[in-house]
Amino acid sequence: MFGDAIDMKLMSAEEAVSRFLKEGDQLSLGGFTVSRNPMLIAREIIRQRLKNLHIVCHSHGQALDLLIGAGCVSHLEIAYGGTGRFAPTCIRFRKAVCDGLIKFEDYSNYQMSLRFLAGSMGLPFMATKSGLETDLVKLEGFPVSERGHAKIPNKKLDIIQNPFAETDDRVILLPALNPDVSIIHAQYVGTDGTVRIKGLTFADLEQAKASRHVIVTCEQILPRHFIRQDPDQNSLPPFFIDAVIHAPYSAHPTACHYFYDYDPSHLRLYQNVAGNDATFENYLQEWVYDVPDQASYLEKVGVKDLLRIRADECLGYAKGLDRR
Amino acid sequence: MTEYTKLEMMAISAGRMIADGDILFAGTGVSMLAATVAKRIHAPNSVVFFETGGIDPELEELPLAVADPRVMSGTCLNTGLIDSFSILGNPRFRTIAFLGAAQIDRFGNLNSTSLGDYHKPYARFPGSGGACDAASLASGVIIFMQHEKRRFVEKLDYLTSPGWLSGHNSRNEAGFKRGGPVAVVTNMAIMQFDSVTKEMFLDKTYPGVTPQNVLDQTGFHIDVSRSSQAEAPTGHELSILRTQIDPQRLILT
Repeated sequence: MFGDAIDMKLMSAEEAVSRFLKEGDQLSLGGFTVSRNPMLIAREIIRQRLKNLHIVCHSHGQALDLLIGAGCVSHLEIAYGGTGRFAPTCIRFRKAVCDGLIKFEDYSNYQMSLRFLAGSMGLPFMATKSGLETDLVKLEGFPVSERGHAKIPNKKLDIIQNPFAETDDRVILLPALNPDVSIIHAQYVGTDGTVRIKGLTFADLEQAKASRHVIVTCEQILPRHFIRQDPDQNSLPPFFIDAVIHAPYSAHPTACHYFYDYDPSHLRLYQNVAGNDATFENYLQEWVYDVPDQASYLEKVGVKDLLRIRADECLGYAKGLDRR
Repeated sequence: MTEYTKLEMMAISAGRMIADGDILFAGTGVSMLAATVAKRIHAPNSVVFFETGGIDPELEELPLAVADPRVMSGTCLNTGLIDSFSILGNPRFRTIAFLGAAQIDRFGNLNSTSLGDYHKPYARFPGSGGACDAASLASGVIIFMQHEKRRFVEKLDYLTSPGWLSGHNSRNEAGFKRGGPVAVVTNMAIMQFDSVTKEMFLDKTYPGVTPQNVLDQTGFHIDVSRSSQAEAPTGHELSILRTQIDPQRLILT
């Protein structure tokens, strides 16, 4: 029989973070605004009090905001920080930028995705026309003194003439990203380590493939023979994955297609406390430090809310959920 | 005459600009309403897609974010960002994007990043997301704005998304092969862009709004000589919007 490759990779969030992530690392966040944020890992990073992380993402929401608010982030490359209507601009992100607490650099979603794609293919850069003549191109965010050090490219991007054109035709070159670690949340992982993401993949696959290490949390572990019965559905082969954490609802309060919707009541609660330092600290205490594992976190969320956001099996979301 | 809100007027006005068969790059909020109004009324063959990778979702319930699981349901394809932006920029299709912003200038350039010094702003917004990409790559852009002087500005604090840049041929000279804003739809009026100078001009005011009202709320000079009055929403349009598209009034309120 085949050995189940996942045995060596299956671990707790605590072990995964302490083994693969360290202070100062460049960390890529999977998911998008209100969907499939790797929340369990974000909370674990906060509990382990890792600092000076350099976050790279396209559009991100809840996990990003929590990490910034908890003081784990020193550098950020980002296209968008927002959590839908619950925080049209992520609250702790906004505060950190306005108060000068983090160094940041803006790109667009396509630009960030192409940078991950370049990294995943082992290329030094990718070309695009998106952003010509904008301040995304003209303004650098990181200080000149940090350019060319650690994971910060020696310039934000470059503009060249299209070498194939007869006439003036400019394109932007975007530096590749190869993060130290990617954290993603998937619906399924096979006992062989195969990852299956349902719904939209955003740029999770490019992010995972570009990174040195990948930590995956998942809703369910499926038998190897089952996940290989329909390989067309699968997203990543096992050899990209370093750690698998089986933790249902670990994207909560963001959504996980076919499993649960985003949790409007929790996101509203967060919206109400995140703007104030003292109430935000209380939130961290209550929802991060005092609930050291997924079971105690879910106990705190409560059965009522978990049932309310449970997805309709056909639609993939909670039909008729009160989202006001 | 049926009563209607400014938001309903905006959604229906923008929806009327959609041609049947257009491929629509939608955000959330009023742009969702505009796209679905068009699809349900006069452009049944138009397709709505999202930057996150949801192509032509059923939209039985309104998504509140572009990563809402409701954009993944009943689609023809669920994919990711790279695929979505490839569709947006594909020269074969007429792709129309809907965008909003904190600031706009006379050439339809947009700021959705920050106010004040970029490095230490006094106000910070979410950032480009896919807005810069849509403004760069789509065949056309329809912009939604609240009509206020502090939003219609002479100079943007940050240029996130390219419109007609500095007017005339500058967009083309910058290296863009197509695109540019076609209209600005606000709570007061509809603006378009001059075919030569690419400067914004007043096209239509909503019933009850005068060109002077628009001038008072615009922070730069705007030509009002070509303006006429916009048609109010019909009972049919309003009923589709209210009963089929946003019955829970998630966006309309």
